[in-house]
Order: sequence, then C-alpha cells, then structure tokens
Amino acid sequence: MGLTLTWLSVIVLIPLAGLFLKTFELSFDQFWGIVTSRRTLSALKISFGLSFAAACVNLVMGTIIVWALVRYRFPGRRLFDAIVDIPFALPTAVAGVALTQLFAQKGWLGAPLAELGIKVAFTPIGIFVAMVFIGIPFVVRTVQPVLIDLDPEIEEAAASLGANRWHTVFRVIVPSLIPALLTGFALAFARAVGEYGSVIFIAGNLPNVSEIAPLLIVIRLSEFRYADATAIAVVMLLASFIIIFAVNRLQRWAQTRIPTH
Amino acid sequence: MSLQSNLAPSTTQLRAYAPTADLNVASPPQQRQKVRPHTAASKRDLRTEPRPIRSLIVALALIFLTVFVVLPLVVVFASAFSRGVSAYFAALAEPEALSAIQLTLLIAAISVGLNLVFGVIAAWAISKFDFAGKTFLITLIDLPFSVSPVISGLVFVLLFGAQGFFGPWLQAHNIHILFAVPGMALATIFVTFPFVARALIPLMQEQGTQEEEAAISLGASGLQTFFRVTLPNIKWGLLYGVLLCNARAMGEFGAVSVVSGHIRNETNTMPLLVEILYNEYQFVASFAIASLLAMLALITLIVKTILERRLDEGQMVSDD
Repeated sequence: MGLTLTWLSVIVLIPLAGLFLKTFELSFDQFWGIVTSRRTLSALKISFGLSFAAACVNLVMGTIIVWALVRYRFPGRRLFDAIVDIPFALPTAVAGVALTQLFAQKGWLGAPLAELGIKVAFTPIGIFVAMVFIGIPFVVRTVQPVLIDLDPEIEEAAASLGANRWHTVFRVIVPSLIPALLTGFALAFARAVGEYGSVIFIAGNLPNVSEIAPLLIVIRLSEFRYADATAIAVVMLLASFIIIFAVNRLQRWAQTRIPTH
Repeated sequence: MSLQSNLAPSTTQLRAYAPTADLNVASPPQQRQKVRPHTAASKRDLRTEPRPIRSLIVALALIFLTVFVVLPLVVVFASAFSRGVSAYFAALAEPEALSAIQLTLLIAAISVGLNLVFGVIAAWAISKFDFAGKTFLITLIDLPFSVSPVISGLVFVLLFGAQGFFGPWLQAHNIHILFAVPGMALATIFVTFPFVARALIPLMQEQGTQEEEAAISLGASGLQTFFRVTLPNIKWGLLYGVLLCNARAMGEFGAVSVVSGHIRNETNTMPLLVEILYNEYQFVASFAIASLLAMLALITLIVKTILERRLDEGQMVSDD
C-alpha cells in the first residue's frame, strides 16, 4: 500500500506537480503573454482544430467500421477486426515516417493525389491525415462492445411495430450508441491533440501554418525557454483534464441510461 | 479516471483506453447471436439492411482501413527492402543501429520490470482492499494515458534539467539523469505505468477475495497466499499487461525524445534513430529500423489476440 503510493508519487505525482509549480514562477501577465503570442495561439489552434476535424471523421468512419464488423459477415472480417488495433500498436515514429512516405509527392498515394492538385504531406492536411490514423481505434473499440451487447429484441420490436429500417437505425439504435460514440470521439480528440510522433514527420512544421502545439513545446525546450514550454504544456494539460472529466461524465450518463446486466 | 469515477465502470473505461481494452469483450456476443437459431430465418430480415447498403458499408470500411492502416504498414516493409535484402541487413548491422537496439532493450527491460512489480502491487491494493483515497489512486494510475508524450518528457526536464528543481544538486554531485539512460528510463516508466495495473484490476476484482480468505484461514501467510493463490489466478492478465507495456516501452518516441538529448551512439533508441536517419534522407536505414518496430507491433497484436482468448476462456470457466 504505502509502497504503491510512494512509487506513484515519485513517478507520476511529483513530476506533474513540478510542472504546475514551474508555471507559478511566472506572473499572470507573463503567462498570458506567452499563451496569447501569435505563434502559440496558431499552434494551439492547429492542434485543437485539426484534432476536432479528425475526430469527426473518426466518428463517422469508426461507426461505419463497427457496423460492418459487428453486423455483417464477410471474408477477412476477423483480420480487419485485428487490423483496427495497428495504430495503437505501431510506434508513433514508425507511423510518422510511413505516412509521410505514403503521402509524399512521389508516394503511392501522394503521386495520384498530386495529379489531382492535392498536396497532403508537409501541409495541414498531412497533420489531419496522421490524426485520423491514430484516432480510429478509439471510436471503434469504444462503440464495438456496446453495439455487440445491444438487445436484438429492441430492434425487432421497432420493426414489428411498423418502423422501417431507416427509422429503426436512427431512432432506436443510434440513440443508444450515443454515449459510446461521444466517448470514442472525446478519446480520439484527446489523443490527437497530444500526438507528436506520428504527426511531426508529415506536418512540414512551418510556424503559424503547420506547427502543432506539442512540437512548439519541444522547440521551446531546445531553445532553453522552459517557461514558454511549460505555459503551453499547462494549457494543453488543462484541456485534457477537461476532456477526461467529460468522458467520465459520459460514462456515468451511459450507465444511468442503460441499466447494465 | 477522475476523482468521481468508481471502479464499477472500469471495464467500459478500459475498452475506451484501448490497448488495455477489451479484456472481456469477445466471447459473449458471438454466443448471443448463435443462441437464437429458430428466429433467425424469420426475423433476420428485420435486423439488417438491403443488400446494396450492406455492400456499400463493408466497402467503405475496408477501403478506409486499407488506405489508413494497411498501406502505411506495407510502406514500411516496402521501403526497408527497396534496395534489396542485403542493403536491409547491412543497415541493421551498422554500429549505430546495434547500439540503438541495445539501448531500447535495456530501457524496456528496466521499465517493464519495475512496472511489473509495482503494477501488481497497485492492482492488488486497489482490488483486494478498501481504503480512503482509492479513487484518487486509480485516477493517478490512469493519468499518463491522457497526457501528451511531450509533456511526459517535459516534466522530467523541469525536475532534473539544469534549470530544474533538482538540477543544481545533481550537477554538484555529478549525477546524470537527463540526456542519459536514467532519465529515458524514467520517462518510459511514466508513460507505460498504467498498462500492467489496468490489465489486472478488472480481473482481480472479478475474482474477489474468497480464495485468498480461504488460504489465510487455512494458515497461509500473506506472501504464500500471494504466490500460491493470487499469482496463478492472474497469470494471463499479467502477461497481457506486460506485453502491452513492453510494446509501448520499446516504441515510445515523444517522451524519450524530449529527455534523450539525441547523443549519437549513446542516447538513441530505435524510434529516435528512425527519426534521425529519416531526416538525413537515409530512407532504407530508417525504414529498416522501423520495420523491426513494426514487426514488434505485429507480434504484439498476435500474442494479444491469443491472450484475449485465454482470458475469455478463464472467464467463462469462472462464470459457471
């Protein structure tokens, strides 16, 4: 017991407390100045904005993938089910170089896209693509168990009462998936905001254009501007705490809504 | 996760956190669908969509997964072997590559070892005892999952860096933590801390304390009870946690990158070397190292699937 707490304190609590202590060395004006400087604001906007867009894509595509995996039988279904986990398992640096190679101007997908006039690598679209890659398992793995456990009799009841398939899906099934969908969305969003390895290779890293907030932290650190790095980190940390809090609320809401077993 | 969360929803939460996820997802659903054979013919039509829509959904899902997940993986191996097999192995035999592989193994061994011990203790404390501040402890364990890897590295720079809290003292005593192996191991431990504990907590809670109580009432000591009763019961869950912890420890990039200092042949792990070589346009060498990490990921996924099946079987037995 005591041992657990000591270990946790040393590894988790003290380092995080140190982060907040460091921010208190700054006056509020200094802190505000750093956070609202043009470059910081652009980086935060890029990180949060593109993460939101990527999480939206993940929400839609994740739901389609879950639906295909749970409701239909097709050759290779189990294989594709396993494949969903690859973005979790693949080290982020590997994902980063692979996506860059794939979408670079001469890459397998980059070349045909370039002919259409779409440039992905080294632009904000590249950041978006990397964020979609790492976020997809969150939505799939959060929604999948809920759809699997959904009582088939509810659907049958809806259908036998005269609802057509469209109504059954959007009035009966989707509403009961909403807590899981929102949780998956929030987790994908949170992961994308903090993501570093898989994004920086494909991003281009142009200040104010394609520079993400985690990269700006690294840049500030390498310039020994620790206060700047810390201030950005605190903003991101607070945002992720809010997301975690929201996720917890969602989980509780889901539990009060649908009595489990 | 938060202070309010209690333990009951932890399985749902776990799935959300994915790597540790789906410990007990797979089996019951498949059963459920098979249980209703006689209604199948008449009612299946009510529960599915017209054929064109079905095909469309499957096609969309497969195209998306192929483009975003399968292709990047294939690119890694294709690029690694683009100059032939001998260039591939030559790249891996470079001293730089070898030292990176060694360092990665060393750091993974340290962090998996320590997290194994403390993960078991933490899970044991949380699932078998009641005490004040339990939810806080769980929140603390989960925290590293929700923090950006860059921030995980940053906190250690703030502690041990030249301008950090312990920096001057460390310098005075000539102890190197930052830009050296101890700092990289610490950052890795931080990032991988939740895996073992998270894999064990739901399992140990489900098993309850009856067997331990029986052992102790029959005269076993605390340690005997742990090694003879608790440990055998959790061995698959433990292996599962260690597997995921190891995969993350070997592949960690952001946190380690911040604390490593990028000293060639000294503080470069495999993911860091992938970055350096890639930025130097040594694509074959970079992807050769990346292919080793990708193989690690694939093996991890395969073993994980096998372990999940084991865990499900164990659960079904205990359900009866």
